[in-house]
Amino acid sequence: MSLAVKSLLVVAALALAACNNPDRYGAGGAGGAGGPGGAGGGIDTTGLGDPNNPTSIAYFNQRVGDRVLFAVDQSTLTPEGRAVLTGQAQWLMTNAAYAAIIEGHADEQGTREYNLALGARRAAAVQNFLISQGVPANRLRTISYGKERPIEVCSTESCYMQNRRAVTVLSAGAGV
Amino acid sequence: MRAAFQTLFALMLGLSLTSVTPVLAQNAPPRIVIGPGVIEPMPIAIPTFIDEGGAGEYAREISRVVQSDLEGTGFFRTIGEEAYISRVTGFDSPVAFEDWKAINAQVLITGAVSVSGDRITVKFRAYDVFNGQVMEGAALQFAGTTQGWRRMAHKVADVVYSKITGEGGYFDSRVVFVSESGPKNQRLKRLAVMDYDGANVAYLTDSASIVLAPRFSPTGDRILYTSYESGFPRITLLDVASLARQSLDEQQGTMTFAPRFSPDGGTVVFSLERGGNTDIYTLNLSSGGLSQLSNAPSIETAPSFSPDGSQIVFESDRTGSPQVYVMPASGGEGTRISGGAGRYGTPVWSPRGDLIAFTKQNEGRFHIGVMRTDGSEERLLTASFLDEGPTWAPNGRVLMFTRETSGAGGQATLWSVDITGRNLKQIPTEGPASDPAWSPLLP
Repeated sequence: MSLAVKSLLVVAALALAACNNPDRYGAGGAGGAGGPGGAGGGIDTTGLGDPNNPTSIAYFNQRVGDRVLFAVDQSTLTPEGRAVLTGQAQWLMTNAAYAAIIEGHADEQGTREYNLALGARRAAAVQNFLISQGVPANRLRTISYGKERPIEVCSTESCYMQNRRAVTVLSAGAGV
Repeated sequence: MRAAFQTLFALMLGLSLTSVTPVLAQNAPPRIVIGPGVIEPMPIAIPTFIDEGGAGEYAREISRVVQSDLEGTGFFRTIGEEAYISRVTGFDSPVAFEDWKAINAQVLITGAVSVSGDRITVKFRAYDVFNGQVMEGAALQFAGTTQGWRRMAHKVADVVYSKITGEGGYFDSRVVFVSESGPKNQRLKRLAVMDYDGANVAYLTDSASIVLAPRFSPTGDRILYTSYESGFPRITLLDVASLARQSLDEQQGTMTFAPRFSPDGGTVVFSLERGGNTDIYTLNLSSGGLSQLSNAPSIETAPSFSPDGSQIVFESDRTGSPQVYVMPASGGEGTRISGGAGRYGTPVWSPRGDLIAFTKQNEGRFHIGVMRTDGSEERLLTASFLDEGPTWAPNGRVLMFTRETSGAGGQATLWSVDITGRNLKQIPTEGPASDPAWSPLLP
């Protein structure tokens, strides 16, 4: 591991220790969606690193693939999804310094409550698969956003299929 | 009574309009019987309330709110002042009933307002014009602070509505909801409360974390909702007066949501997810005792107590698609009551106990509907791209719900509809809004 990456990890771990709130969508969170809420809250910073570096978060997100998609109302993993998750499991076992929050999401077709439960079911399907592949359970947590955080905003199947997803979000730190 | 109701609903099936029947029999008080048929709303007169000292704009504004409340039901039509033959010059002056009869006003509401410092007094009389008498129980006086002037107007309208329809009032009530802003993929949400008609908005939380589906306690003093403040969805209790809030269940690795109060306010029924499976639980607010009511590998969510507290209606996808079930308050498998095509969710028991409102999704459209508590006589009241989450007015006659438009610019708004399907209308809000929940009638 290069010195640069090591120092990056130290910084990221410090940031994580400062704020263990996984809600990267809240106005106080760090992810792409940190909104103009005006409310307080610290800013988590986790370096993504170089996608060419196989130990970087960028590599995990882009090369391994950070998400799997689901059919309408389903939480069953597709063959494509299982292939992505097999890669995620291998990466997580190789890079033991990372933990992950698995976010379950639903498309907007459905009531708020049902979609929360459905998102949780999808996140759990991913978690269970990763554990079955050998990832220690104490490095994984799940959260459901139901239909609250679509990634695509149109109201047709081309967007819905991208929104019915479970995303594995890495954070530095051996356990969550 | 039950047979009569069934006949009534059977007759209404297939009708898009239901009527209000002003019964005009001599010597019978003005009465609206809500039933089948198409009849004009009852004409009434609400002359601007008399200023009995210091009332200024309050007299005019209070009259305006009384008019807005009554007309807003779809059951009344106020006669414009330009048609008046006589004027009301004093609250206790003799009423020229012939002049009001001549313009066909069936009910005349007179009132007076006085203000001293921050104290306001509102009094009113509702007259049965054709009998030339004050309607029984419809001559009252309300006093309070000027800040509460709209509530006094709502109380006047509630009394009149109640005397004429025989139904409970619902105007003097509040609605808690989620105020929304920001684009669809990073929506900011915060809790807000307003009068039932959209006035007097106050914000209860900031938008630092997602908040969902608030519900009032039976006395309106507390609000349950789902908050992501901890990073994970948690049922949260908010004290309306102090705005103090507490997370109710913090078991690591679980997620809690969809909370509602029991009718006595002492218990919360909600969904708890563990390991991907969602079941229904209750939490006793005084003892902290947790009980699991459902135990199935399917999703069980959106629970709502019957008003007598003996049963719980909820949604489950155990058959593969979400449907509505009823179980004893002590728990169990439940009996399916929804039978039509499509998916059913968010069932809510009427405060009158007679109906269950729900969200239905079928063939790409969403509907708000009602059914009897055994699932019979389903009636769909609305249809749109996305309607969901009905909440009952305190009198069990009107529903409010969320309507969201489609596409990238899609936004949520609040709407209400009568349980007959009449009088669908949008509730004015400052910005996008969702997840309304009606308070009980205020004391």
